[in-house]
Amino acid sequence: MIDFAGSSPAVQAGALVGAVLLEAIVLYVGYGALERVAMPVIEKVKHA
Amino acid sequence: MMELFGIALTTLALFVSFGFMVGVLFGFFGMGGSFLVTPALLVMGYPARVAVGSGMAFVFGTAVIATLKHHDLGQVDYKLGGLMIVGTTAGIEVGSILVYRLEELGLASGVIGVTYVGLLGVIGLFVTRNALKSDGDSSGGGHHDAADGEIDPDDIPDIAKKIQSHRVPPMMTIAGGIQVSLWMILGVAFATGLLSGFLGVGGGFIRMPAMFYLIGVPVPVAVGTDLFEIVFSGGFGSFTYGLNGGVDLSIVAPLLAGSALGARIGSASTNIVDEGDIKVYFGLMLLGGSIAVAFQQAGDYLAIEAFNTVGFALILLSAFMVSGAVIYSTITTMRAQARTATPSAD
Repeated sequence: MIDFAGSSPAVQAGALVGAVLLEAIVLYVGYGALERVAMPVIEKVKHA
Repeated sequence: MMELFGIALTTLALFVSFGFMVGVLFGFFGMGGSFLVTPALLVMGYPARVAVGSGMAFVFGTAVIATLKHHDLGQVDYKLGGLMIVGTTAGIEVGSILVYRLEELGLASGVIGVTYVGLLGVIGLFVTRNALKSDGDSSGGGHHDAADGEIDPDDIPDIAKKIQSHRVPPMMTIAGGIQVSLWMILGVAFATGLLSGFLGVGGGFIRMPAMFYLIGVPVPVAVGTDLFEIVFSGGFGSFTYGLNGGVDLSIVAPLLAGSALGARIGSASTNIVDEGDIKVYFGLMLLGGSIAVAFQQAGDYLAIEAFNTVGFALILLSAFMVSGAVIYSTITTMRAQARTATPSAD
């Protein structure tokens, strides 16, 4: 784990924004993969 | 009590569910983050700096996710977004200077509160009335699957047609093949930035209808482009609050986990649900927000704490009902489409 505690406030704030950005991208990709798996199942149920 | 990452599991579940609801609204309307999350965190007892900063970081993360989704759907006009950022930034600066001047005169809180209530109410009434009117005389809606194509002239509001008729060069082409003066775009961006800087909000609820009514951008592209702009304003705001320790990741992370799913559903719904329905929901939510803020202002003025609680409950209730209506509309439209699909459809 990278330790930002001793860094300047600007670096800490930048790291926070970076962390939120990274979480957002991971969530987007993760939920996207989930959607690709789930959609065919939903379509199947819808047309059953 | 069980804890995960230093937060009680019940609080974690509450944040994830609340994030989901906000995500649906944010993905669908391109707005609704800051004016829902910040008051909720304040009511939960977080200091104002943390409530505003974490709310801002949450809005930033949700805007990133929703913009990526709208990008996939071809609903972000980057050229328009870039120009809007320039105009909005200038407007926000002037708006914040106005606030400092009013603070010196001791008038800031009252003037901002009344402007907020009036603006939300007027836009809410205007949008709802227009949506109900067009719902009555339209021949059946039309979805948003032609964001980059030419849009039907009947879909362009009269006010936008009038504004667009003033052709002050340089002209530029935006989504939907619409020709608009560069000065018009910068003017609208400046005016909406001025209001959002003055009111201290993200400004999606002003920019989104302004892009649609004043510039004539199709609703889904207005939502996508607005979200793109919020990525920059939210990122900058998060950084600024982060400098003073105002961003708490243990709040932002679970909120974002819920909103990521909600934003996907909300963004995808703009392609499924009828445009008239979108505008009705948007208008009703603004009206709900207007009444809620009026209650909170009256509560502050008369020092009645119960009014603040009623105001907050109204905001939550209107957000809950509208996000529920979005999901319900999406499901019923998809089921209707499935029923009418021919056997040859793939």
